[in-house]
Amino acid sequence: MQADTSIVYILLRRLRTPLVVLISVYAISIIGMTLIPGVDDQGKPWRMDFFHAFYFVSFMGTTIGFGEIPYAFTGAQRAWTLVTIYLTVISWLYTIGVLLRIFQDPGFRRLVDYASFTRAVRRIRDPFFIICGYGDTGSLLVRALTERGLNAVVIDNSNERIEKLETAGLPLYVPGLAADSADPAILNRAGLAHHNCAGVVALTNNDKTNLTIAITGKLIAPDTRVFCRAESHDIAANMTSFGTDYTLNPFDSFAERFAMAIHSPSMYLLYDWFTSEHQTPLTEPLSPPGGDWILCGYGRFGKALQRYLASEDMDITIIEADPEGTGAPADIIVGRGTEAETLEKAHVKKALGIIAGTNNDANNLSIIMTAKALNPELFTVARQNETRNDAIFNAANIDLVVERGDIIARKISALIITPLLADFLKFSRPYDNQWANILISRISGVTGNNPPYTWAIEVDETNAPAIYETLNENLSVTLKDLGRDPRNRDARIKCLPLMIKHNQSQTLLPEEDTKLSIGDQILYCGSKSASRNMIYMIQNYNTLSYVRTGDELSSGIIWKYFAGKKAR
Amino acid sequence: MNLEKVVFAFFIVLALTLNFGFFIGEIHNPEHHNVYELYAALVVSLIATVMKFGDRTHMGAVLLATSLVADLQLIVAAIVWGWATNINGDGLTEPIMVSIASLSGGALLANITSVVLLVIETVQIRR
Repeated sequence: MQADTSIVYILLRRLRTPLVVLISVYAISIIGMTLIPGVDDQGKPWRMDFFHAFYFVSFMGTTIGFGEIPYAFTGAQRAWTLVTIYLTVISWLYTIGVLLRIFQDPGFRRLVDYASFTRAVRRIRDPFFIICGYGDTGSLLVRALTERGLNAVVIDNSNERIEKLETAGLPLYVPGLAADSADPAILNRAGLAHHNCAGVVALTNNDKTNLTIAITGKLIAPDTRVFCRAESHDIAANMTSFGTDYTLNPFDSFAERFAMAIHSPSMYLLYDWFTSEHQTPLTEPLSPPGGDWILCGYGRFGKALQRYLASEDMDITIIEADPEGTGAPADIIVGRGTEAETLEKAHVKKALGIIAGTNNDANNLSIIMTAKALNPELFTVARQNETRNDAIFNAANIDLVVERGDIIARKISALIITPLLADFLKFSRPYDNQWANILISRISGVTGNNPPYTWAIEVDETNAPAIYETLNENLSVTLKDLGRDPRNRDARIKCLPLMIKHNQSQTLLPEEDTKLSIGDQILYCGSKSASRNMIYMIQNYNTLSYVRTGDELSSGIIWKYFAGKKAR
Repeated sequence: MNLEKVVFAFFIVLALTLNFGFFIGEIHNPEHHNVYELYAALVVSLIATVMKFGDRTHMGAVLLATSLVADLQLIVAAIVWGWATNINGDGLTEPIMVSIASLSGGALLANITSVVLLVIETVQIRR
């Protein structure tokens, strides 16, 4: 509201002089036309009245030029017309010039952007998330959310990134604003206090900005969920202290996933499937060998990775170009790893695998290429820092590419879209690779070669009225019933229950004969069409009754009456 | 002394005086109401309106509103005049002259309000 009115005020204030000039020029021209004597068609003296003078000056001022009306002009009238032509044309050019200059003024354009952004946010009718920071992670997250039909609002301090958002071709309209997201007024504009605001995600690459966003979010809208990226553990602890719902350390999450890919590839594959939004076909789990490994890069990522890999049966040789700056132990090999000499010092010919984990994509690729030339049998793992390098990493034929932005984006989108899935992933961590292998084969048995789609159902009155009613009639519904095809109850729909949550306790991979009770939450994976069938079924009492008992219920009062009579 | 204030007050007061000059006289007598005076009153009133653009204070908003009222009344008066002399063809008959003069009388009231507000604002500043 405020921005809208200030646009009008600024426009009017700046147009004050041009408008006064325009009115004055018209006034002088018109009065001149009425004062100068002319002659009519019969040669009698005649004076133009205000009506005709205004008409004449109006069309002359815009240089349309209909000619001399109503009677041919005298010399004096023509002389005055000459003067007024130049006066009006110049004053019009001046006014239009000022107007164009106002529209091109960066300050004014920012005001216009703010106003249209605020209007777009106010118009959102569904729950939405505020995403601060539209880098690699932010853009992946926004895509994942919009593809699931969730609304988002983006703030980023770079104009260029907001332009990228506008041309991203997302399935939903996502309003974006180039502004400082650490400013509470900007967050308010983005709808923090909006009753539909479901959460704030702080993904900027500045910890302090993220901290400010988290505090603002928790103070202004205590009920919204706040997700924060924090590179340092201090800041993460600070964020948690005032109730930030989730803090994610990019290096830790990245190293954790990386380590998982190496020591428990099937588990990694499961994670990959469940959190992947792009529907890539299922792939075979990788099996990286245990033994001698080389790790290039001992920055924050390298350190976190070493910590996670320390428990495995791996003998890691570290290569780092700047041992002092990174505080590396004494027994490391100094060098970048991009040249054969350093790699040979690290016994690349005898090693089984190499991890290129520096923060420079070109260096990482160079390390992999050089190492492969020296030892073609190497298992190669590369860290990809920037999404735009997708093409070259694909072409490099690397066994495993782990992308930083991607991992955080997937983690957050899993937390936002299906919180149950995040729980499932958390509780499945203690299980071993064997367990994951069995689960993978069960999922493949259900979905074939397609990646599994995950969805959650909640047994309550609004989400599953059919189950709710059935349970209230003291009848039982089992997971097996939910897995039946609503068109033919002897057939099964393509789904697999992953977890059932009952009164804060959860069971992973529950048995088919598990009975449902009110308040249960069930996480399913399977095909998309199975999810549609199931959601239809749990909302339609008659369909649920059919899959439960095999009897088709009559729906109208009259048919119910006759059916009841027959039974008696 | 602030030149902006001088120009501002000049146009507001001039709009009132010109308007008054046009309005005064026998209401139905065309000879008592000069067309040039109406024209000048309208032009000055328009300029006074533009001068009030962009003032974000409450007083500024009310001044803009009274000025817009005066503009509206005078423009309608001018249209009636032009219609009577050029389109209708009857010329300035008595009822038409009365309606023109009374329209400008309405504008006069609006202009008086403007000047009163201006005086109040000036008194409040006490400088």
